[in-house]
Amino acid sequence: MALTVEIRKRLGSFSLEVSFRAEDGETLALLGASGCGKSVTLKCIAGILRPDEGRIELDGRVLYDSAARVDLPPQRRRVGYLFQQYALFPHMTVAQNIAAAVARKNRRAAVTAEKIRAFHLGGLENKRSSQLSGGQQQRVALARILASEPALLLLDEPFSALDSYLKYQLELELADTLAAFPGPSVWVSHDRGEVYRNCRRVCVVDQGRSEPVRTMDELFRSPGTESAARLSGCKNYVSARPGGAGVLVPDWGVELRCAGAVPPETDLIGIRAHYVRPAGAGEVNALPCLVERVIQDVFETVLLLRPEGAAPEAPVLRLAMEKAPLPPQAGSRLTVAIPPEDILLLRKGGR
Amino acid sequence: MDWYPLFNSLRIAAISTVVIFFSGIAAAYYIAKLPRLAKGVLDVVMTLPLVLPPTVVGYLLLRLLGPNRPVGAFLLEQFGVKMVMTWWSAVFATVVVAFPLMYRTARGAFESFDETLADAARTLGRSNSWIFWRVRMPVCRQGILAGTVLAFARALGEYGATAMIAGYTPGRTATISTTVYQLWRTNNDALAFRWVLVNLAISTVVLLAVNLLERSQRQTKKGVV
Repeated sequence: MALTVEIRKRLGSFSLEVSFRAEDGETLALLGASGCGKSVTLKCIAGILRPDEGRIELDGRVLYDSAARVDLPPQRRRVGYLFQQYALFPHMTVAQNIAAAVARKNRRAAVTAEKIRAFHLGGLENKRSSQLSGGQQQRVALARILASEPALLLLDEPFSALDSYLKYQLELELADTLAAFPGPSVWVSHDRGEVYRNCRRVCVVDQGRSEPVRTMDELFRSPGTESAARLSGCKNYVSARPGGAGVLVPDWGVELRCAGAVPPETDLIGIRAHYVRPAGAGEVNALPCLVERVIQDVFETVLLLRPEGAAPEAPVLRLAMEKAPLPPQAGSRLTVAIPPEDILLLRKGGR
Repeated sequence: MDWYPLFNSLRIAAISTVVIFFSGIAAAYYIAKLPRLAKGVLDVVMTLPLVLPPTVVGYLLLRLLGPNRPVGAFLLEQFGVKMVMTWWSAVFATVVVAFPLMYRTARGAFESFDETLADAARTLGRSNSWIFWRVRMPVCRQGILAGTVLAFARALGEYGATAMIAGYTPGRTATISTTVYQLWRTNNDALAFRWVLVNLAISTVVLLAVNLLERSQRQTKKGVV
């Protein structure tokens, strides 16, 4: 029992080619920059848009198959879709919105009452969506979706319409809802933190192409491509090629040791700002640098470093450290170390 | 004062409003889904009566429905129905002239409708007809209501095409507008003025009703009720 998707679709000059599988009870993350085709993918699964070719299967039911000419209408797919702006019917009350999703008349009142209880909507039954907060709207939308008894949940950037201070509590509620949902779910997002907290496995989508599904840990430890590394939040990139005990970085005029074998196609390395740390000379991958700039962030201090011997146009190295009473000053010298196991070996671009 | 023109005008306007309500909404809904070229052509055809002089509409209707014209002659021979110079002949004129007001207003309302609402309803298992009557129409109700009232008001005031296809027969085809013209033409200024006042009163009441409806709706939306 699972969702399998394998679709291709052209939209003008944009082409979408996505394939993945989400298991029962799993929340699979679809991670990509905006405009990469995540929402189009969800709409194809729900039957709102038609792919050009491919196959979509849910719990052994074929929802779409271009070869067998199967294309179920959205009404018969049993796919719950949480829209970015929630798409509540503005002329209906909360209770009417939920009741609208219950197909059987004799169950309508009971299911509506049950969902209002389950989603803590008591007292709001007769309000309209314009009278609700963003968080309440999301709860109503989820209650309405679950009242329709879907076999699959699709979440399209569930928190994009909300103020950030609301998100934390709502994210916990949504996680509970997803944990209680027996079928597969797909969570579309561009926010690495959101999906890291809520999903075990991830499918990166870059310019309409999906990368193979992998665990969240794999994505963060070895993203493989520049686009996946960027989505995982890595900030430092510099051109490199295999050589020496690891990689050669001509821009900085250094050689860095790496943990494990370096794939021959490596042409870029990524270094997470949080993994660079001040160090003494003689340490592995020690890099004497000039502090170019000191930025005080809310909970950390960010240093922009220029390795000694770096070409003038070479990328700087970003280091994030705990706030210290006496942070390094701009213009001073600082030797940092890059742990070999924290160097991300990448290919430029996507795929 | 003979009240027949008032009764006749209201009857004609009411019947044509019902016809226009359904045909205008259907046209707006289906034409919006057509490919671009067909949409452009049909849009022009549907809107044309708005910019044509009513006498041109009347002329075209007579060419179609007159007793010696193909359609008119056929209906007269087969069913013995005369299409012109009866009270309901005016319905043809008012429907054609007032139709574009409903069509264009409804189309504007449908175009600003958020399609994700329909998508959401479909994923929730609701039929397309349920979505149309229970989501699309209620959400677009202000535009549709405005179009209906405008069409009714226009139908009530129609003169040119009506005069050509229904003529002026006191007690049979006379409407308020044809009566005013006839009275003025025969120098019965006092009576003509009374009918003008009647017409002003009706139009004012209609527009007031629309404003009140809109205000109460705005308040319901805000939650003041």
